[in-house]
Amino acid sequence: MNEVLTDINLEIEEGEFVAIVGFTGSGKTTLINLINGLSHPDQGEVLLKGQPIVGPGPDRGVVFQNYSLLPWLTVYQNIMLAVNEVFSDYTKKKKDAHVKKYIDMVNLNHATDKRPSELSGGMRQRVSVARALAMNPEVLLMDEPLSALDALTRGSLQEEIINIWSRDKKTALLITNDVDEGIIMADRIIPLKPGPNATSGPEFKINLERPRDVTAINKNPEFKRLRNDILEYLIEVGASRKQASDKSYQLPKLEPIMPGRIRFGMKKETEKTKYF
Amino acid sequence: MKDKLIKTMRFIGLGFSEPLIRLCAGEDTQKNLTDTFKRMIFPIFSILLFLAFWEGGSSYLYNTEAQRKIEKERTDRGDEAALEMENCIASGEISCQPNTLPSPTQVYGAYQALLRDHQMISQKKDDFLSKTVEINAKRKAKGESPITYTGRPSFVDQIGTSIKTVFAGFLLAALIAIPIGIIMGLSPTLRSSFNWLIQIFKPVSPVVWLLLVFMIVKTLITNPDLDKSFIISFISVGLCSMWATLVNTSMGVSTVDKDFINVSKVLKLNIGQNIFKVILPASFPLIFTGLRITLSVAWMVLIAIELLAQSPGLGSFVWEEFQNGANDSNAKIIVAMFVIGGIGFLLERLMLLIQKLVTFNKADLA
Repeated sequence: MNEVLTDINLEIEEGEFVAIVGFTGSGKTTLINLINGLSHPDQGEVLLKGQPIVGPGPDRGVVFQNYSLLPWLTVYQNIMLAVNEVFSDYTKKKKDAHVKKYIDMVNLNHATDKRPSELSGGMRQRVSVARALAMNPEVLLMDEPLSALDALTRGSLQEEIINIWSRDKKTALLITNDVDEGIIMADRIIPLKPGPNATSGPEFKINLERPRDVTAINKNPEFKRLRNDILEYLIEVGASRKQASDKSYQLPKLEPIMPGRIRFGMKKETEKTKYF
Repeated sequence: MKDKLIKTMRFIGLGFSEPLIRLCAGEDTQKNLTDTFKRMIFPIFSILLFLAFWEGGSSYLYNTEAQRKIEKERTDRGDEAALEMENCIASGEISCQPNTLPSPTQVYGAYQALLRDHQMISQKKDDFLSKTVEINAKRKAKGESPITYTGRPSFVDQIGTSIKTVFAGFLLAALIAIPIGIIMGLSPTLRSSFNWLIQIFKPVSPVVWLLLVFMIVKTLITNPDLDKSFIISFISVGLCSMWATLVNTSMGVSTVDKDFINVSKVLKLNIGQNIFKVILPASFPLIFTGLRITLSVAWMVLIAIELLAQSPGLGSFVWEEFQNGANDSNAKIIVAMFVIGGIGFLLERLMLLIQKLVTFNKADLA
């Protein structure tokens, strides 16, 4: 029987930033859904501070892959929705200050009263991060937060997320398909072998000192070594997965239609100006 | 200034006047001239064409009917009587006019007659009010209800009654269908268990609903002061038209994007907040579509229901004119037809306007 994830033994220390790298379809989103409580494991348990997780909750803040902002609410209202839930005993002023603090943290002061449809992709993701952080969660879970963005925005947002994280040093789990991103942001990288029956590969500890400069880090020899090691491992695993299947497919016989062949049917008239 | 005008025009639904406004502002004359022709002049042209067609058709029918009458006289009573009949018809005397599809001029004449009739009746009502103001004050002091005008309602009054009934029915339909739709959308078990009820009652004809409601209201309401026909009408209209909203609401609620449900789960919203803050706004477009269909269906079934419930509205007006068979009855019925169509069109536009005001841009969901 095929399982999505098998034999996952993951332990995350408090204050640690762990990155999980893997191919698409290797069960990364399933793993994060197990941790944030939206799915339940068939076997085994998920523990937060020794207590098993029963369901989703604001103590595990999630940054979704497709942002999941409510499109009929403005940026301020989206974050206020989260703050209202978690800090229901605060006064209105306090809540307002709290929301504004996080909007400021992600540099979106100029867009406080805009709706998500009026924002760019990078801005929407920043709102999503601000919402997750405003809940003051124990663990910050990020499910491929930057994969829907272009490569140029990704770099600047990576820096921002690291900056924000380093203020509170929350426990964070990042799912990504970009090895560079994982190395830049995390303390530990765990690759996931591709599914089905995906398991975790050997973990790589990242000894690069913080704060890490995104541009200068490319010249760091340790960075290059880590990058090579992880990529080699992933490519090897990917290649072996391809070799595993030895089915042969019978392809249909197709002949191309060469230009100049005689066609049946009427020749189309040229486009005339339409008056009606 | 010009852009703002164009934007307002588009918003209220008169977007076809945009080329004309641009033309008056002197912008790109060639293109805007052709556009004005396409969007304004041609539709007016088509209306004139329709009127010409109607005039031609009605005069053809008139002549055929006249010939038939003359021939009938000829076969019944001989040539002399036929000649008399011909003169009678030509002279325009009311007693021997052919009774067929009226021409546009006749319809217009009937429309003016109805307006005059309305003014006359309003005048009568005002006189009545001024005459009974003292008596009613005394009755009020004693605790009795005031004497009201009980004369024949005019055409415009009947339009008013129809509009009141349709809005009352629409509100009833919305109040019943939306909560039930939300409950059914949220729970798949309820949905499958009550689906049969919806499927069976949805295609039931308005006439049958009217009889059902009549049976129930007749036994329940015994107070003679209440206007029973109005109550029966609006309840029937509501019950007939609520099914569209019900089905659309339940579908909208059950197909809310999974992402939003995940957000609400992670934030641990309680059930009330979940419904009002996440599910309802997300399913609002579908609910509104259901409401629009409900309003147009309500207006359509209203005429039939009013006819049968004897409520003093457009439906009973049409029926009475038909029964009357007076000379200008057909013309009055055609006036009523245009009024019904026109009001239906305006109601639809009103809903569109409200929808534009309230909806958010769903084009790109974030």
